[in-house]
Amino acid sequence: MTTLRLGRRRGTTTRPAAPRRRLSWRLRVARRLAVVAESASRVLGAGAGGVIGGRLILALAPDAARRLASGRDVLLVSGTNGKTTTASHLVAGLATDRPVVGNTDGANTPAGLVRALAWGRATAVLETDEGWLPWAVEQTRPVLVVLLNLSRDQLHRHHEVAALAATWHEALRTVDHVVANADDPDVVHPALAARRQTWVALGIRWTEDSTVCPRCGGACRRTAVEWACHSCGLRRPEPDWWLEGADLVSATTRVPLRPALPGHANLANAAVAVVAAAAMGVPPRRTASAVEQIDAVAGRYDVVEHAGRQVRLLLAKNPASWVEALEMASTRNVPLVLAFNSDGVDGRDPSWLYDVPFGALADRSVVVTGRRSTDLLVRLEMEGLTDVRVAESLTSGLQSLPPGPVDLVANYTAFQEARRELSHGP
Amino acid sequence: MAPDSELTVVQVYPELLGTYGDRGNALALLHRAGGRGLPARNVTVAPDEPVPRQGDIYLLGGGEDAAMLLAFGHLRADGGLSAALDAGAVCLGVCAGYQLLSREFAGPDGAVHEGLGVLDVTCGRLPGARAVGEVLAESTGSAGAGFLTGFENHQGDATLGAEARPLGRLVRGVGNGDGRTEGAVQGRVVATYLHGPVLVRNDDLADHLLQLVTGPLSPFEDRPVQRLRHERRRAALGPARSWWRRQSGHRQVRHG
Repeated sequence: MTTLRLGRRRGTTTRPAAPRRRLSWRLRVARRLAVVAESASRVLGAGAGGVIGGRLILALAPDAARRLASGRDVLLVSGTNGKTTTASHLVAGLATDRPVVGNTDGANTPAGLVRALAWGRATAVLETDEGWLPWAVEQTRPVLVVLLNLSRDQLHRHHEVAALAATWHEALRTVDHVVANADDPDVVHPALAARRQTWVALGIRWTEDSTVCPRCGGACRRTAVEWACHSCGLRRPEPDWWLEGADLVSATTRVPLRPALPGHANLANAAVAVVAAAAMGVPPRRTASAVEQIDAVAGRYDVVEHAGRQVRLLLAKNPASWVEALEMASTRNVPLVLAFNSDGVDGRDPSWLYDVPFGALADRSVVVTGRRSTDLLVRLEMEGLTDVRVAESLTSGLQSLPPGPVDLVANYTAFQEARRELSHGP
Repeated sequence: MAPDSELTVVQVYPELLGTYGDRGNALALLHRAGGRGLPARNVTVAPDEPVPRQGDIYLLGGGEDAAMLLAFGHLRADGGLSAALDAGAVCLGVCAGYQLLSREFAGPDGAVHEGLGVLDVTCGRLPGARAVGEVLAESTGSAGAGFLTGFENHQGDATLGAEARPLGRLVRGVGNGDGRTEGAVQGRVVATYLHGPVLVRNDDLADHLLQLVTGPLSPFEDRPVQRLRHERRRAALGPARSWWRRQSGHRQVRHG
């Protein structure tokens, strides 16, 4: 366990300065071609093109990530939920101290990581898909890895949370320092493989995936705060930092957090970003202040005006994040639109909808839309909801509602489509 | 079941055997019982609690490898489920639940574990790729009718002995891994690799389980569920996907 020391000169996690090496001609050519490809992608309306550019670089220079990460500070942020927001908060905190680059567009697989690394030599904060974390660790040799949580998500791809935790455990053996959530056994077990840990008690609401010990397969038991495996002794580590209300607290420090983003999950994201930035030498209060300025991340929590409806955009990708999103939506009694797809990144099997406690919507008027809206309709029917309508499209669903505020909860591809659709106006 | 008594659906260890939305199977049974005006209740059993012996329908869902082994240890030590099934209770096992009900199953390391032996079925592991994707099967008539739709995500196979019959004839997907069959039925026990949840997507199968307890039930049409069934059937058969599924199915069956 690590007691965090502040100040850039002593006790902080930075890589010793390395001599700057000139990039190979192949990598320089790949980078130029990537710029062209990204411009073409934007002109053709095929998106920002970051992933295309990254793929091109990797095709021409397969060792690009390793070369581009060499001699600079790289921080990885991974977990099932909160990666994009935490990485954005961390970028904001570090940017008060030094130049920072990041994949804040959420492109978190190798192409997105390489694309972010390809521009500039600044400290890089890379949100990393949990399945790709071992690859990213091996390629970038990060100075710090931030581990948030692990829970069921895209099971057609990841298959099992325990298996993912095991791959993390192997990968993190080479890492010097992790900032990790002390309340999630599936994070603690792999984090212990690193040389140093800074534990943050972030709280965990979704506990369905941590009833079995990720280390030995025994039963993991919880009390209100503590958890422990009664077979092998894996237990909640003593946190270095924890939340008391909206204050982030350590043995010596108390930092009030006032993130602009709503909900407990975003308070936790802000907390871990403050701790991670502190590990890099940024005073906690300075990061906390920077976090207050962020009121939307990659479109999430944005409010979009559409034909007289003020649509608040909430992303929910898996049971744990649906729990958080529905809690945010429950803070105001406005019409609710749920948009649901099951394209690749959404997870092809939506059985997990039955893990989401939709009973909280019993008295709400709900419109469902998306390519798997029938699954959602049936799910709500099974929960006993009676005021549910199906809309052929998001815009027709919105038009069926009275003018005024609306909450839209959407999973990943439905969310991206909603952003595009609503940005074009009615 | 007496005419005025309450039907009891028992979810066995949902925190261990509930990885794939398996709670939906209990909701589907309650929904379809409620649609006929039948009183029904759902009981969930935690691993440190005794499994009640007086339930009508027992549900064992999907689970990760370690959770499955943990559940098996509790079930063997408790004995409540086996006693209830010996007394004639109805049971549905899904994925890990299917394997636990079998004579034996293979763990993640390939080691063979003795199962509960409720089904005359032996479960091994599919060599090669994990079976992941939409499944379509035709009912064999041994439990329910029509077609079966679901989503599979498993590394296990199943070889049926003389006392068990397949639940469905495979049209798309991997199922039991023999290229022909999906699931197993033996008396009042039904098992399948299908998630979805399977009783939500297959209302006739849900009714079959209910009728084993209650006797014949009145018709109950659920239009959203019918719409979902046909959407998923089209998705499994669709021309663009079928080519891909043939390729992946071929690979999985060839190695399995």
